[in-house]
Amino acid sequence: MALKAPGRRARREDARAGWLFTLPVIAVLGLFLLVPVLMALWVSFSDWTGRGSPLAPGVGFVGFDNYAAITSGGGLAERNFGIALRNNAWYVLLVVPLQTGLSLLLAVLVNRAVLRGRGLFRTAFYFPSVTSSVAITVLWLFLFSTSGAVNQVLGWIGLNGPNWFNDPRGIVHVALGGGNGPAFLTGSDFLGVTWWDWLSGPSVAMSALVLMAVFTTSGTFMLLFLAALQNIGPELDEAGRMDGATAWQRFWRITLPQLRPALFTVLTLGLIGCWQVFDQIYTGTQGGPGKTTVTPAYLSYEAAFTDQAWGQGAAISFVLFAIIVVFTVFQRWALRERDTSKRVARRLAKEARA
Amino acid sequence: MTTTSMARKRRPRIGQAVLYAVLVSLAVVYVFPFLVQIATSFKPDAEAAANAVSLWPQTWTFAAYERLFTRSDFPLWFANSAVVTVAVTAGRVFFASLAGYALARLKFRGRGLVFALIVAVMAVPSVVLLIPKFLVLNQLGIYDSYAGMILPLLVDAAGVFIMKGFFESVPVSVEEQARIDGAGTFRVFWSVVLPMARPALVTIVILSFQGSWNELSHFIVSTQSPELTTLTKGVASLASGQLSQGTQYPVKLAAAAIMTIPVAVLFFVFQKHIMNTSEGAVKG
Repeated sequence: MALKAPGRRARREDARAGWLFTLPVIAVLGLFLLVPVLMALWVSFSDWTGRGSPLAPGVGFVGFDNYAAITSGGGLAERNFGIALRNNAWYVLLVVPLQTGLSLLLAVLVNRAVLRGRGLFRTAFYFPSVTSSVAITVLWLFLFSTSGAVNQVLGWIGLNGPNWFNDPRGIVHVALGGGNGPAFLTGSDFLGVTWWDWLSGPSVAMSALVLMAVFTTSGTFMLLFLAALQNIGPELDEAGRMDGATAWQRFWRITLPQLRPALFTVLTLGLIGCWQVFDQIYTGTQGGPGKTTVTPAYLSYEAAFTDQAWGQGAAISFVLFAIIVVFTVFQRWALRERDTSKRVARRLAKEARA
Repeated sequence: MTTTSMARKRRPRIGQAVLYAVLVSLAVVYVFPFLVQIATSFKPDAEAAANAVSLWPQTWTFAAYERLFTRSDFPLWFANSAVVTVAVTAGRVFFASLAGYALARLKFRGRGLVFALIVAVMAVPSVVLLIPKFLVLNQLGIYDSYAGMILPLLVDAAGVFIMKGFFESVPVSVEEQARIDGAGTFRVFWSVVLPMARPALVTIVILSFQGSWNELSHFIVSTQSPELTTLTKGVASLASGQLSQGTQYPVKLAAAAIMTIPVAVLFFVFQKHIMNTSEGAVKG
């Protein structure tokens, strides 16, 4: 008895303290995350116009009307949503591979054991990551202005830089030499945007933002790859070297497969981040020129806070949420560990040990 | 010495030179924009527009800084950002370590559920929360107040996640000794566990400070009065030209440079910690 009592008391104390310690976190996350999401879900099904509380009795339930307005019906809301999706899809398509490739390259270069001053290089590459999106956007607007530093440097090598943030032309259209496109692409549309316009590529203005994203994120992802590289033992690489594999072969066949988890993390974080572009648009372009830098995140903000179309704004953010979830799940499936690659890794490891 | 062995000896040296050339040119690309930024902030407007690349102003002027500090709300924005950042960082460090400790060490019914909730919350993209957060702040009557700016940022799920992971990697023996000596749970946490958790706490401090100092979207949806404008919101309005006519690049770039100083200082102070990739300090 005398021995049992303190044990039970300690257990009770644990339970009490456990709930007490986690209570602030639960309260804040519940109040500022869970409740808001539920409220916004209601708003996305309502005709609330921003006056008073959305929970007030006068606010009506309109079913899927708001979702229908942004995905069908041929109205302005649908076209805007289509344009925002087009813009962001191209942004993702360019930023994710570029930032992943560049950060991996930086990590591999900086990881050389013999390299002198690698701390300095790491600092240089990582520094853009600590700055705020607002500060870096201000800098970017200046660098990519018409007579800005970028165009001046391009001028040194005889190139005539574009009018970056004022140029709404899609870069694929520009590469094709302008023109109106074939009838079978301009004749039909999806979400109010013709197929020809879906294929326009990011606008020149958006391309400047693509470069900015790559510039600011590559340092963070470089660190993730560096951590992974440093956890890889040199044995496999040496075994490959013995067998006469070139550095190029060793990288693709030996190093890269072992970086799969880090690669997965970087691709996932990159993808999630890229669908959330907001700060840069709010600070830099406000969606212009010609709506070519509007993203779903910015569109949902604008619909709600500027146009007072709260139901549509909320509906856009839930569709965006769904897009992010679908992409993350798809990526997880596409990059899953396949049995063969595991087998190969195990065989290589065994050979290396032998 | 045969020719082949000489070639083999020389090749790494050439490779090394190429490696350095590539690295140096990349580093120039990464650093140059910031040097241009600082240089331009000391140029007069006309020179900034006419000569955007030069790293040395022909005419030095402090006009941009003078204007920011004496004839704009910039000092107020800075103060607001500082208040919010300090409060949020302190709150996150305390609450994340408290919850992380409970989830890692204390056995209580519902622990799995709480952890599942936190992981689920981490998956919610923050941009999706713009409208929702405004709705709740408005409903609670704390829209456009310091409470509305600070409270929702006070906890971040990733921090709890990091702290839980850290406490799980620390052996329990020291705490058990303190517990046998009769110290209460909070006492053990506060005076035995927390001091040991320094490396993880530093990570949380860095992430929270950087996160809240650089935060923009939350302040857009939680405030409207000029007195509550933070640096990010204020400089964003400068950038979109709401407060000025003409391009006025020196003022904008000076503002952007000053707002970068605190996070830059934090970065250089904790550089070893951040760059220590073998411990995974930046994970999460």
